[in-house]
Amino acid sequence: MTGGRKAIYHYGYRRSPDQDARQPVRHPVVVVGAGPVGLTAAIDLALRGVPVVLLDDANRIGEGSRGICYAKRTLEILDRLGVGSDLVRQGVTWKLGKVYLGDDLVYAFDLLPEDGHKMPAFINLQQYYLEKALVDRALEIERIDLRWSNRVSALEKRSDGVTLTVETPDGPYRLATDWVVAADGARSTIRDLLGLGFEGVTFEDKFLIADVRMAADFPTERRFWFDPPFHTGQSALMHRQPDNVWRIDLQLGPDADADAEQKPERVIPRLKKMLGERPFELEWVSIYRFNCRRLARFVHGRVIFAGDSAHQVSPFGARGANSGVQDAENLAWKLAAVLSGDAGEALLESYDLERIQGADENVGHSTRSTDFIAPHSPAERALRNAVLDLARHCDFARRMVNSGRLSVATVYDSPLTTPDEENFAGSARLGAPVPDAPVRTRAGRDGFLVEQLTGTFEILHIKQGARPQAPPGVKLTVIGEDLQDSAGLLAKRFDASPGATYLLRPDQYLCARWRTFDPDRIAAAHRRALGR
Amino acid sequence: MADLVTTSNFPNPDAVYVTLIDARRGLSETDAAALDARLVLILANHIGDLEVLRQAIGLARKTGKNNGAQGK
Repeated sequence: MTGGRKAIYHYGYRRSPDQDARQPVRHPVVVVGAGPVGLTAAIDLALRGVPVVLLDDANRIGEGSRGICYAKRTLEILDRLGVGSDLVRQGVTWKLGKVYLGDDLVYAFDLLPEDGHKMPAFINLQQYYLEKALVDRALEIERIDLRWSNRVSALEKRSDGVTLTVETPDGPYRLATDWVVAADGARSTIRDLLGLGFEGVTFEDKFLIADVRMAADFPTERRFWFDPPFHTGQSALMHRQPDNVWRIDLQLGPDADADAEQKPERVIPRLKKMLGERPFELEWVSIYRFNCRRLARFVHGRVIFAGDSAHQVSPFGARGANSGVQDAENLAWKLAAVLSGDAGEALLESYDLERIQGADENVGHSTRSTDFIAPHSPAERALRNAVLDLARHCDFARRMVNSGRLSVATVYDSPLTTPDEENFAGSARLGAPVPDAPVRTRAGRDGFLVEQLTGTFEILHIKQGARPQAPPGVKLTVIGEDLQDSAGLLAKRFDASPGATYLLRPDQYLCARWRTFDPDRIAAAHRRALGR
Repeated sequence: MADLVTTSNFPNPDAVYVTLIDARRGLSETDAAALDARLVLILANHIGDLEVLRQAIGLARKTGKNNGAQGK
């Protein structure tokens, strides 16, 4: 790739004892692909007690910035895995988006208008920093066996698992596993080996994506232009990253020549029209065409797809890496529960169902955004331009302007959820991650609710009289005893009353709630959330 | 949920037609199409009922010469 940067982090291939075994050594889980999704899955599984072999075909990270926007829910997951707070410190926090038509601001949005959340709406951070943090974390965990320069070349299904053939610098070896998590990206080898195809749309328009290093005092906001004076008739996007690096996307239309357009002699004049005479250096350049599509199913027997191998979206809305990390966390607790015998394999059907619902939401949003940014025909463009013309004058049209609807966690319509029997208001929703709120611990330390959740099934109970007894396998936290609702926001967000009881899944999703503590109803909801 | 009204809603239908014709008189085909697109959006928002809009689109597609049967 022209203008591509050199990798910044190198890792060594090391021979595994598995390569000298006479019979394929058997493992409970092999994760294929050490990108953000595979690393998240491996770390989450390992923290739940599952030993993981993590294979990656490369021995380095850091070629290009790629994903840059990480959403609040993703940051909460990364925080539970032990890297979230450092990444927030390292990243650029933002929550404001602005959309311009020509030079005029037509629409602005605030993605997190309320206080009392530990994690911001979004950070921007080069993907290689996220991957580096996750690799460092994985290397601390003994249960993770991370094997660089291990490329899967063949896959053989058995009734109770899979045998993989893996190519290494020392030649091939075979590896047996009960489960494969295929997090091997958009060009997934595992998907090809299973002969699986996609359903969805490919957009003809090409986009120039450039990371530029420069000293600039542009605001820390997502800025999007339709038909800007510096790039007439097309769209442009600008986003700040750490290290004085700026992400710039320029729409080039369907007829652009991808090879010619990524040459610096073409890229630099385009950027100069946008950036003026301010000096800048090109960090990374690529030309993309976008797909919005997914696999029909994510669970194929003992092979489970997560992230870009399962679904792909355009970048407008930051739904790629974010949805992949959310796949990984949805899968990790379920697979761990199946392996420990707490749940049957049927629980994994709920991964398919919930994350396909998530993928459809993401594919739908990113398709609608891309339809708006890059209309398919002159007739569609005429209607899009009519919206933009009206947006200068009318509120209803501003709200139709779609430069990307940004990633938020999917609210699952899931069989794991026990429907409400009583009324609840507030922002907590069944099938959604619980809202965060400030809390004070017994030790008197001020913190946040979500960081107190340990990744098991957990009950939040609003104190009313004596401390109740939680059913086996469920952790009890009494609000007003173990944690204090220090700002009164927890009560408001959960619509809490004395005695109110909330059951959270290991992924912090709310799966049942009641006005009183009833051990039988809690036990039934717990069984249901385990797919039993 | 309202149904699309297809009986005449105006006491003087000729005046409505003339008003719409006047709006496009003298415009090029492209400019008239752009005007129509803005008008569609303004009127759709004023109606404020997605079901009525769908019925209107259905009627418009069904009644044209190129009725868009091959459309997606």
